[in-house]
Amino acid sequence: MVEHRPLSQLAAHLILIAGVALVLFPVYIAIVASTQAPGEFLRGTLPLVPGGHALENYRAMWESGLSRAGAPPVGQMLFNSLVMALAITVGKLVISLLSAFAIVYFRFPFRLFFFWLIFVTLMLPVEVRIIPTFQVVADLGMLNSFAGLSIPLIASATATFLFRQFFMTVPEELLEAARVDGAGPLRFFKDILLPLSVTNIAALFVILFIYGWNQYLWPLLITTDSDYYTVVMGIQRMTTAADGDPQWHLVMAAVVMAALPPVLVILFMQRLFVKGLTETEK
Amino acid sequence: MMASIKLEGLEKTYPGGVQAVKGVDLEVADGEFVVLVGPSGCGKSTLLRMVAGLETISAGALYIGKRRVNELEPAQRDIAMVFQNYALYPHMTVFDNLAYGLKNRGFKRDEIRRRVEEAARMLEIEAFLPRKPRQLSGGQRQRVAMGRALVREPAVFLFDEPLSNLDAKLRVQMRVEIKRLQRRLKTTSLYVTHDQLEAMTLGDRLVVLNGGRIEQVGTPMEIYARPASLFVATFIGSPAMNLLPLGALLSGPGAASHGALLGDLPPGTGILGIRPDALRLEAPHGPHLTLSATLELFEAAGAESHLHVRLAGSGQPLVIRTAGQPAVAEGQRLHFHITRDALHPFHRETGRRLDDTLKTKEQAA
Repeated sequence: MVEHRPLSQLAAHLILIAGVALVLFPVYIAIVASTQAPGEFLRGTLPLVPGGHALENYRAMWESGLSRAGAPPVGQMLFNSLVMALAITVGKLVISLLSAFAIVYFRFPFRLFFFWLIFVTLMLPVEVRIIPTFQVVADLGMLNSFAGLSIPLIASATATFLFRQFFMTVPEELLEAARVDGAGPLRFFKDILLPLSVTNIAALFVILFIYGWNQYLWPLLITTDSDYYTVVMGIQRMTTAADGDPQWHLVMAAVVMAALPPVLVILFMQRLFVKGLTETEK
Repeated sequence: MMASIKLEGLEKTYPGGVQAVKGVDLEVADGEFVVLVGPSGCGKSTLLRMVAGLETISAGALYIGKRRVNELEPAQRDIAMVFQNYALYPHMTVFDNLAYGLKNRGFKRDEIRRRVEEAARMLEIEAFLPRKPRQLSGGQRQRVAMGRALVREPAVFLFDEPLSNLDAKLRVQMRVEIKRLQRRLKTTSLYVTHDQLEAMTLGDRLVVLNGGRIEQVGTPMEIYARPASLFVATFIGSPAMNLLPLGALLSGPGAASHGALLGDLPPGTGILGIRPDALRLEAPHGPHLTLSATLELFEAAGAESHLHVRLAGSGQPLVIRTAGQPAVAEGQRLHFHITRDALHPFHRETGRRLDDTLKTKEQAA
């Protein structure tokens, strides 16, 4: 069992602190950098203490963006990212819940075949099929639209597979009891299966939201209109300013703002996790 | 609203070709409590699930009341079922668990509340209505599962081994309550169990199943007193009925005196069944058999004792149940007495009970 000797506790804490410091240091640098004056980076040294220009940097990025680098205001890009990430997350959850429900609870011809078909798509991430997907989306006229940003990324084998595994652990008697209680398949899904999956849904929501938020290659490919730029790809645009050095203090302000929503999602969803973890039953 | 149940040649064949139920005919009268009992794999649960509508019926017809319900969904059959592991909805409160079936049937909110509260009062679970199932003990969950069946006021109750997840003490208590409840509500009930004691004490009638067929149907005492086959004889009663080959009695010490008494056994008798409590240490009045045996093992069980003995000569093992604690020692040679009417003759090949003419004469008198 766990012993509480002072020396081992000290060592444990030191290791943990070192680990946390390693992870947090770049974040700290980003935050510090975003508070500097425009000329600060040209000296060639990285400042380690916060400067006094935080407010103006953030306001500049939020309201006007880096128009010279072709980047719209960060507020606009954050909104685009949010719409895309939410559409992907909700779409993935809905589709995978329904398809897992179909695969586990219904007997239809080629059931196993369809399951494997879904499973095989696990091996085909967006990057592998990106050219044909682009062709399809372009032919459908979905370039520069939220639909084009989100729909091609919605199908999810991972989530389907996870929900399938979870549904298979739900005792069959629950379905039978619901049948005796007069609940049809959809009512069983809505009243019993969904509430039981809340923890899983919350966990997947976080993972999928971050997946959607961090999409880079796909938005870069299909958006040419800056109205549809997402923040992750927008940052890349800012760093490749055509003339002169990147405005690091402004880029870092955008980076910090771009990193916030996923953190908020995790903080918010964490409650559901913990609740789910402490109230599990088997 | 109550109803009878009628099973006509019910069969269940699984896709793999396994036949779990091989033609069962049974009629359950309105308000009757019938227990399906048998060893695991005898098809009793399958049969119950066919009545519930959870398993499709491969052949035969099923009637609940006057309706043929073969193709109806469980919810349309006017039945309620209590599952072995309770199958309570874990995310709903006890109240919602009870109310769910009523909600789905479109009952008014007041009516749902009235019925749930009435059922809760009957089962003494009112205090638990706002709780979730995981906050309840096994016995309380069992009550909730019963309550869920009760609120529906169905035509038929189906119980699928509802007490097998409880500890021994609670099981006896719930058994009594189920019986009391059924007496009060007079709802036709089908109850599945593998526990012969549960079956004996609960049922108005027992249906003993073996290998997907009915071995015997009758009141508990009918089945105990006149088991129709070797299977029923050994399955019902604890300790199990002793089975002695006739040869073991016709040879060995005292064989000559046995001959007279055993002479009138029906032709074809190969095996004699003797209940453990039919073997007595004291000689009864009137004609009887006397067996001598060596005591191998003595089990004291409080009010009664079990003597494990071996017959002198043939070495056949027997179990004897006596009241109290007789003064005997292991290794001791003992004498046991059986009256003629305590012998159950079975056919040597088919294992069916042979019509015991002597006994029927006695009963007629």
